[in-house]
Amino acid sequence: MSETTENPIREAIAGAIRDHDVILFMKGTPERPACGFSARTVAALDAVGHPFAAVDILPDPRIRQELSTISNWPTIPQLFVKGELVGGCDIVTEMYETGELFEVMGVEQPAEAPEHAPKAAEPGAPPLQIQNDLVDRS
Amino acid sequence: MPTTEDLRQRIEAAIPGARAEVTDLTGGGDHFRAAVAAPEFADLSRIEQHRRVYAVFGSEIGGPIHALSLETRAE
Repeated sequence: MSETTENPIREAIAGAIRDHDVILFMKGTPERPACGFSARTVAALDAVGHPFAAVDILPDPRIRQELSTISNWPTIPQLFVKGELVGGCDIVTEMYETGELFEVMGVEQPAEAPEHAPKAAEPGAPPLQIQNDLVDRS
Repeated sequence: MPTTEDLRQRIEAAIPGARAEVTDLTGGGDHFRAAVAAPEFADLSRIEQHRRVYAVFGSEIGGPIHALSLETRAE
Protein backbone atom coordinates (compact mmCIF):
# COMPACT_ATOMS: atom_id res chain seq x y z
CA MET A 1 0.00 0.00 0.00
CA SER A 2 1.39 3.40 -0.98
CA GLU A 3 2.24 5.87 1.79
CA THR A 4 0.50 8.59 -0.12
CA THR A 5 -2.82 6.76 -0.50
CA GLU A 6 -5.63 9.19 0.23
CA ASN A 7 -7.86 6.59 1.78
CA PRO A 8 -8.11 7.27 5.50
CA ILE A 9 -10.80 4.64 6.10
CA ARG A 10 -8.81 1.87 4.45
CA GLU A 11 -5.70 2.95 6.36
CA ALA A 12 -7.60 3.06 9.65
CA ILE A 13 -8.93 -0.47 9.05
CA ALA A 14 -5.50 -1.80 8.07
CA GLY A 15 -4.04 -0.08 11.15
CA ALA A 16 -6.67 -1.58 13.44
CA ILE A 17 -6.00 -5.08 12.05
CA ARG A 18 -2.28 -4.53 12.57
CA ASP A 19 -2.66 -3.14 16.09
CA HIS A 20 -4.99 -5.78 17.56
CA ASP A 21 -4.07 -9.44 17.94
CA VAL A 22 -7.73 -10.43 17.76
CA ILE A 23 -10.19 -8.13 16.04
CA LEU A 24 -13.75 -8.75 14.90
CA PHE A 25 -15.52 -6.63 12.31
CA MET A 26 -19.23 -7.09 12.93
CA LYS A 27 -22.70 -5.64 12.64
CA GLY A 28 -23.51 -3.96 15.95
CA THR A 29 -21.48 -4.38 19.11
CA PRO A 30 -20.58 -7.48 21.17
CA GLU A 31 -23.25 -6.42 23.70
CA ARG A 32 -25.84 -5.66 21.04
CA PRO A 33 -25.09 -7.59 17.86
CA ALA A 34 -27.28 -6.42 14.98
CA CYS A 35 -27.18 -9.69 13.05
CA GLY A 36 -27.43 -13.36 13.97
CA PHE A 37 -24.15 -14.24 12.25
CA SER A 38 -22.29 -11.58 14.22
CA ALA A 39 -24.00 -12.72 17.44
CA ARG A 40 -22.92 -16.30 16.85
CA THR A 41 -19.34 -15.31 16.18
CA VAL A 42 -19.21 -13.17 19.35
CA ALA A 43 -20.61 -16.11 21.33
CA ALA A 44 -17.84 -18.38 20.05
CA LEU A 45 -15.17 -15.79 20.88
CA ASP A 46 -16.63 -15.21 24.36
CA ALA A 47 -16.57 -18.96 24.94
CA VAL A 48 -12.87 -19.07 24.04
CA GLY A 49 -12.36 -16.24 26.53
CA HIS A 50 -9.57 -14.34 24.82
CA PRO A 51 -10.19 -10.55 24.77
CA PHE A 52 -10.94 -9.13 21.36
CA ALA A 53 -11.37 -5.77 19.72
CA ALA A 54 -14.64 -5.17 17.91
CA VAL A 55 -15.53 -2.76 15.14
CA ASP A 56 -19.13 -2.01 14.20
CA ILE A 57 -19.24 -1.69 10.42
CA LEU A 58 -22.78 -0.31 10.31
CA PRO A 59 -22.20 3.41 11.00
CA ASP A 60 -20.54 3.99 7.62
CA PRO A 61 -21.01 1.80 4.50
CA ARG A 62 -17.46 2.62 3.42
CA ILE A 63 -16.07 0.56 6.33
CA ARG A 64 -17.56 -2.61 4.90
CA GLN A 65 -16.50 -1.69 1.37
CA GLU A 66 -12.89 -1.01 2.29
CA LEU A 67 -12.70 -3.99 4.66
CA SER A 68 -13.86 -6.37 1.93
CA THR A 69 -11.32 -4.87 -0.47
CA ILE A 70 -8.52 -5.49 2.05
CA SER A 71 -9.66 -8.98 3.03
CA ASN A 72 -11.07 -10.26 -0.27
CA TRP A 73 -14.03 -11.52 1.76
CA PRO A 74 -17.55 -10.35 0.95
CA THR A 75 -19.52 -10.95 4.14
CA ILE A 76 -19.68 -9.74 7.73
CA PRO A 77 -18.51 -10.73 10.36
CA GLN A 78 -14.80 -11.09 9.71
CA LEU A 79 -12.35 -12.27 12.34
CA PHE A 80 -8.66 -11.43 12.12
CA VAL A 81 -6.01 -12.98 14.36
CA LYS A 82 -2.48 -11.58 14.26
CA GLY A 83 -3.24 -9.70 11.06
CA GLU A 84 -4.63 -12.70 9.17
CA LEU A 85 -8.24 -13.28 8.17
CA VAL A 86 -9.45 -16.38 10.00
CA GLY A 87 -12.93 -16.33 8.46
CA GLY A 88 -16.56 -15.44 8.91
CA CYS A 89 -19.29 -16.94 11.07
CA ASP A 90 -19.27 -20.39 9.43
CA ILE A 91 -15.51 -20.91 9.67
CA VAL A 92 -15.23 -19.47 13.19
CA THR A 93 -18.09 -21.68 14.39
CA GLU A 94 -16.57 -24.74 12.73
CA MET A 95 -13.15 -23.95 14.21
CA TYR A 96 -14.71 -23.53 17.65
CA GLU A 97 -16.27 -26.97 17.37
CA THR A 98 -13.02 -28.63 16.24
CA GLY A 99 -10.96 -26.78 18.87
CA GLU A 100 -8.88 -24.98 16.22
CA LEU A 101 -10.17 -21.61 17.40
CA PHE A 102 -8.56 -22.12 20.82
CA GLU A 103 -5.32 -23.05 19.10
CA VAL A 104 -5.24 -20.10 16.72
CA MET A 105 -5.97 -17.70 19.61
CA GLY A 106 -3.35 -19.30 21.84
CA VAL A 107 -5.82 -20.40 24.54
CA GLU A 108 -5.69 -23.81 26.11
CA GLN A 109 -8.88 -25.70 25.33
CA PRO A 110 -10.77 -26.72 28.47
CA ALA A 111 -11.31 -30.48 28.63
CA GLU A 112 -15.05 -30.03 29.09
CA ALA A 113 -15.52 -27.59 26.20
CA PRO A 114 -18.99 -28.04 24.74
CA GLU A 115 -19.15 -29.83 21.45
CA HIS A 116 -21.33 -27.22 19.80
CA ALA A 117 -20.72 -23.52 19.58
CA PRO A 118 -22.90 -21.54 21.95
CA LYS A 119 -25.86 -19.84 20.33
CA ALA A 120 -26.08 -16.88 22.66
CA ALA A 121 -23.45 -14.70 24.24
CA GLU A 122 -22.16 -15.86 27.60
CA PRO A 123 -20.46 -13.41 29.91
CA GLY A 124 -16.76 -13.67 29.19
CA ALA A 125 -13.67 -11.53 29.06
CA PRO A 126 -14.74 -7.95 28.42
CA PRO A 127 -14.11 -7.17 24.77
CA LEU A 128 -11.73 -4.37 24.04
CA GLN A 129 -13.87 -2.03 22.02
CA ILE A 130 -12.85 0.35 19.32
CA GLN A 131 -16.19 0.49 17.60
CA ASN A 132 -16.90 3.62 15.60
CA ASP A 133 -13.23 4.42 15.73
CA LEU A 134 -13.14 4.08 11.98
CA VAL A 135 -15.88 6.56 11.22
CA ASP A 136 -14.58 9.45 9.18
CA ARG A 137 -14.43 12.36 11.60
CA SER A 138 -13.67 15.05 9.04
CA MET B 1 -35.33 -13.07 -6.47
CA PRO B 2 -32.82 -15.95 -6.64
CA THR B 3 -34.07 -19.44 -5.79
CA THR B 4 -32.22 -22.30 -4.14
CA GLU B 5 -32.28 -24.05 -7.51
CA ASP B 6 -30.67 -21.02 -9.25
CA LEU B 7 -27.91 -20.97 -6.66
CA ARG B 8 -27.32 -24.70 -6.87
CA GLN B 9 -27.07 -24.62 -10.67
CA ARG B 10 -24.73 -21.65 -10.70
CA ILE B 11 -22.37 -23.19 -8.14
CA GLU B 12 -22.30 -26.51 -9.96
CA ALA B 13 -21.79 -24.80 -13.35
CA ALA B 14 -18.94 -22.61 -12.09
CA ILE B 15 -16.96 -25.16 -10.07
CA PRO B 16 -16.04 -28.31 -12.02
CA GLY B 17 -17.44 -31.48 -10.48
CA ALA B 18 -19.11 -29.58 -7.63
CA ARG B 19 -22.21 -30.88 -5.88
CA ALA B 20 -24.20 -28.30 -3.99
CA GLU B 21 -27.16 -28.45 -1.65
CA VAL B 22 -28.78 -25.09 -1.11
CA THR B 23 -31.42 -24.21 1.44
CA ASP B 24 -33.32 -20.98 1.99
CA LEU B 25 -32.80 -20.19 5.67
CA THR B 26 -35.72 -17.84 6.12
CA GLY B 27 -37.98 -18.58 3.17
CA GLY B 28 -37.45 -14.99 2.07
CA GLY B 29 -35.22 -15.71 -0.92
CA ASP B 30 -32.24 -13.77 0.41
CA HIS B 31 -30.65 -15.76 3.26
CA PHE B 32 -29.21 -19.01 1.98
CA ARG B 33 -27.07 -21.84 3.18
CA ALA B 34 -25.03 -23.95 0.78
CA ALA B 35 -23.17 -27.18 1.39
CA VAL B 36 -20.68 -27.59 -1.43
CA ALA B 37 -18.37 -30.49 -2.20
CA ALA B 38 -15.84 -30.25 -5.02
CA PRO B 39 -12.66 -32.11 -6.02
CA GLU B 40 -10.62 -28.91 -6.37
CA PHE B 41 -11.24 -28.02 -2.70
CA ALA B 42 -8.66 -30.67 -1.79
CA ASP B 43 -5.92 -28.19 -2.69
CA LEU B 44 -7.51 -25.16 -1.03
CA SER B 45 -7.63 -23.86 2.53
CA ARG B 46 -11.06 -23.42 4.13
CA ILE B 47 -10.88 -19.67 3.49
CA GLU B 48 -10.03 -20.25 -0.16
CA GLN B 49 -12.85 -22.79 -0.53
CA HIS B 50 -15.36 -20.25 0.74
CA ARG B 51 -13.86 -17.49 -1.44
CA ARG B 52 -14.26 -19.78 -4.46
CA VAL B 53 -18.00 -20.17 -3.79
CA TYR B 54 -18.54 -16.49 -2.94
CA ALA B 55 -16.78 -15.59 -6.22
CA VAL B 56 -19.54 -17.36 -8.16
CA PHE B 57 -21.92 -14.61 -7.04
CA GLY B 58 -19.60 -11.58 -6.92
CA SER B 59 -21.33 -8.41 -5.80
CA GLU B 60 -24.68 -10.19 -5.45
CA ILE B 61 -23.42 -11.23 -2.01
CA GLY B 62 -24.53 -8.46 0.30
CA GLY B 63 -26.92 -7.30 -2.44
CA PRO B 64 -29.82 -9.53 -3.55
CA ILE B 65 -28.21 -12.42 -1.66
CA HIS B 66 -28.05 -10.91 1.83
CA ALA B 67 -26.37 -13.90 3.38
CA LEU B 68 -24.82 -17.10 2.08
CA SER B 69 -23.75 -19.41 4.86
CA LEU B 70 -21.26 -22.02 3.62
CA GLU B 71 -20.09 -25.48 4.48
CA THR B 72 -17.45 -26.74 2.07
CA ARG B 73 -15.54 -29.96 1.75
CA ALA B 74 -13.28 -31.70 -0.71
CA GLU B 75 -14.43 -34.83 -2.47
